[in-house]
Amino acid sequence: MTMGVIEGIPPDPILERREMVQRVARKTLDRRILISRGMVGLCGVALLLALVPLFAILYSLLQKGIRWWNLDFFTKVPQFPSLIDPNAIGGVSNAIIGSLVIDGIAALFAIPIGIVAGLFLAESSSKFASMLRTTAEIMTGLPSILLGIFAYQMIVIGFDEWGVKLPGIGFSGIAGSFAIGVLMIPVIMKASETALRGVPAPIREAGLALGARRSVIARKVVIPTALPGLITAVLLAFSRAVGETAPILWVIGASNMVEWNPKKEMASMPLQIFQSATSPYVALREEAWGIALFLVFVVLVINLGSRLFAAWLQRERR
Amino acid sequence: MPEVSATPPLAMSELPLTENPKRFSVKGDSAHWGVLYGVSGLFALICAVFIISIVASSIPAWRHSGLSIIYGRVWSQGTDSFGALPIISGTLATTAIALFFAIPIGVGSALAIVHVLPGRLRILLSSLVELLAAVPSVVYGLWGLLVLAPWFEHTVEPGLAGITGSRFPFQAPPEGVSLLLAGSVLFVMILPMIVALSRDAIAIVPHEQFEGALSVGATKWQVLRKVVLPGARTGIVGAITLATARALGETVAVAMVIGLNPLFPPSLFSTASTLASTIALQFQDATPLQVAALGALAVILMTLTAIVNWFGRRLVRGSAFRAGVI
Repeated sequence: MTMGVIEGIPPDPILERREMVQRVARKTLDRRILISRGMVGLCGVALLLALVPLFAILYSLLQKGIRWWNLDFFTKVPQFPSLIDPNAIGGVSNAIIGSLVIDGIAALFAIPIGIVAGLFLAESSSKFASMLRTTAEIMTGLPSILLGIFAYQMIVIGFDEWGVKLPGIGFSGIAGSFAIGVLMIPVIMKASETALRGVPAPIREAGLALGARRSVIARKVVIPTALPGLITAVLLAFSRAVGETAPILWVIGASNMVEWNPKKEMASMPLQIFQSATSPYVALREEAWGIALFLVFVVLVINLGSRLFAAWLQRERR
Repeated sequence: MPEVSATPPLAMSELPLTENPKRFSVKGDSAHWGVLYGVSGLFALICAVFIISIVASSIPAWRHSGLSIIYGRVWSQGTDSFGALPIISGTLATTAIALFFAIPIGVGSALAIVHVLPGRLRILLSSLVELLAAVPSVVYGLWGLLVLAPWFEHTVEPGLAGITGSRFPFQAPPEGVSLLLAGSVLFVMILPMIVALSRDAIAIVPHEQFEGALSVGATKWQVLRKVVLPGARTGIVGAITLATARALGETVAVAMVIGLNPLFPPSLFSTASTLASTIALQFQDATPLQVAALGALAVILMTLTAIVNWFGRRLVRGSAFRAGVI
C-alpha cells in the first residue's frame, strides 16, 4: 500500500524479467525439447513392447495349433501314445463337452444370483449393501485356486463339522460348476450393478409415481433398459470363467471319457491343456496348442461378441 | 456462464440414485426386497462359508506346526515339516520381478495411448492390449513353458549371465524354468490390467491442466511428468496395487513355469515356488495333514491378496468397474 515498496523496483520490471526468462529459456529449450522427444518416444516404445507378447502368443497359437484341428480332434477321446504310433493321441471331445456342461451349469446358477444381487447393490443404499459390495470386490480379486479348495472341501469330500452334515459327492462336474459359479457371481454382480445404475433415475421415478411396485419396475423398466450392459456383464464373466483352470484343477476328476452326467468325473479344456502341456509325451504337449487355440478362439468370440452385440443393441434402441 | 464445479465427481457408491428401502414403500414392495435381500444374503452366506471352510481346513496344520508355518525355513512334505518362508519369498520375488517390468512399460503405454496416439489408433491399441487380459492363464502357462522356457534357457539367461559376469543374482546355470521366467510370464499377465486402469486414471486428468501447462512453456514430457502423472497418481497406484494382488495369487501359469522347488532361490535362474502354485501342484497326492498345511498356505495367500486388493479398490474406486480387465 505504501509508495516505498514501488520506489525500490527498477523502471520496467516486466520487460527486464521477460528478458531474463527468455535468456534462461533459450539456454534450456533445446535440451528440454530433446528430453521431451526422447521420453515421449520411450512411451511409444513401451506401448510397442506391451503389444509384443500379444502377437507372440497369437502367432504361436496359430502356427502350432491350427494343424490339430481335424475331425478326430473334435470327435475322439484322448489316448496315450504308444511306442508303435507316438502320434495316435485321439482327440479332445471329452474336454469340449466337459467344459460345456460344467460352465453351462455354473452359468445357470451364477447368472440369476449375480444379476439379482447386482440389482440389490444398485437399488439399496443400506449398510448391508455397501458391505456386500466390498465383499464382492474382494472376492473378485481373490486367487481362484482358493475356490478349488472350497469346492473340494464342500462338494468333493463334503462338510461335517459343528453338527452340520453335507455328504460329499466325490470328483464330479458339479464340483467344478460350483467353483466356477462362485467365481462368476461377484464379477456379474459388480458389472450388472454398473449397468443397472446407468438406468436414469427419472425413468424409475416415473414408474414409482404411477404407483407401480418395485418388482414390476425392476422387471419391466430397469432390467430391459439395462439389458445391453447386463448381457456384456454376463458374457464377460462367462468368457473369463471358461478359461479358469485353478478352481477345477483337482475337483472334476479329469476323466478320459465323454461324459454328459455332471455327477460323474468329467474333463475340461483348460485342465486338458494343463495336463497335456506338462505330460511327458511330445505329441500330447504339441496337441495342447490345438486345445489352447480352440479355447482362446471360444473366449475371444464370446468376449468380442458380447461387446459387439451390446453396441448393436444400443444402436437398435435409438 | 456455466459454473465450473470444483468438487470431484462422486464415486459410484455415493451417487444419489438410490433411496433408503424404508422410504417410499408401496404395498407389495416387501416381496421385492425379500427376493433381493434373500439372494444377496445367499451370496453373503456362500462367502462366509468359503472363508470358514478354508480356515477350518487349515486348523490341523496350525495345531501341528504353530506359527512356524509362517516363519519356518523348511517345507518338506516327506517329513511333514511345514515352514513356508521360502514359498512366501518366492511369491514376493516373482511379483517383484513382474512389477519391475510392468510398471514402467504399463504406465508408459498408458501415457502413449492417451497423449501421443491419434484418436482412432488409440481405441484400436487399447482394445488390443485388453485382449491380452482375456487370454486364459493356462494359455500363458503353455506359452511360457513351451516357447519362452527354451528361449530363456538358451538365449536370455546365458546372455544375462554373460553381461553381468554371473554375479548375484545371475549366477546359477540357466534352467529355463525359473524364477525369472515365472516373473516374466506374470509381467505379461498383469500388464493389460496396469495399462487399462492407468489409462482410465490418466484420461480423467482435466485437459485444461494439460493445456495450461503447455501454454506456460512446458514441453510435452514436462507436462506429462509434472501435471498428468501427479494428477493420475491415485488411480495409477491403485492399478499397480490390483495388479500386485493378481500377481501374488496367479496359480496355473506360474505353476507351469516355476519348477516347484520349495527352497530359497539362490539366483534368478533357479527354480522356486509360490504359495498358489504349491497349493495347486501338491494338493492332489497330499495326506490329510498335508492338505491342512496347504490350507494354511491358502489362509496366508487369502489374507495377503485380500489386504492388497482392498487397498487397491479404495484407490481406483472412482473409476467404473472394468469387468473385462479386473
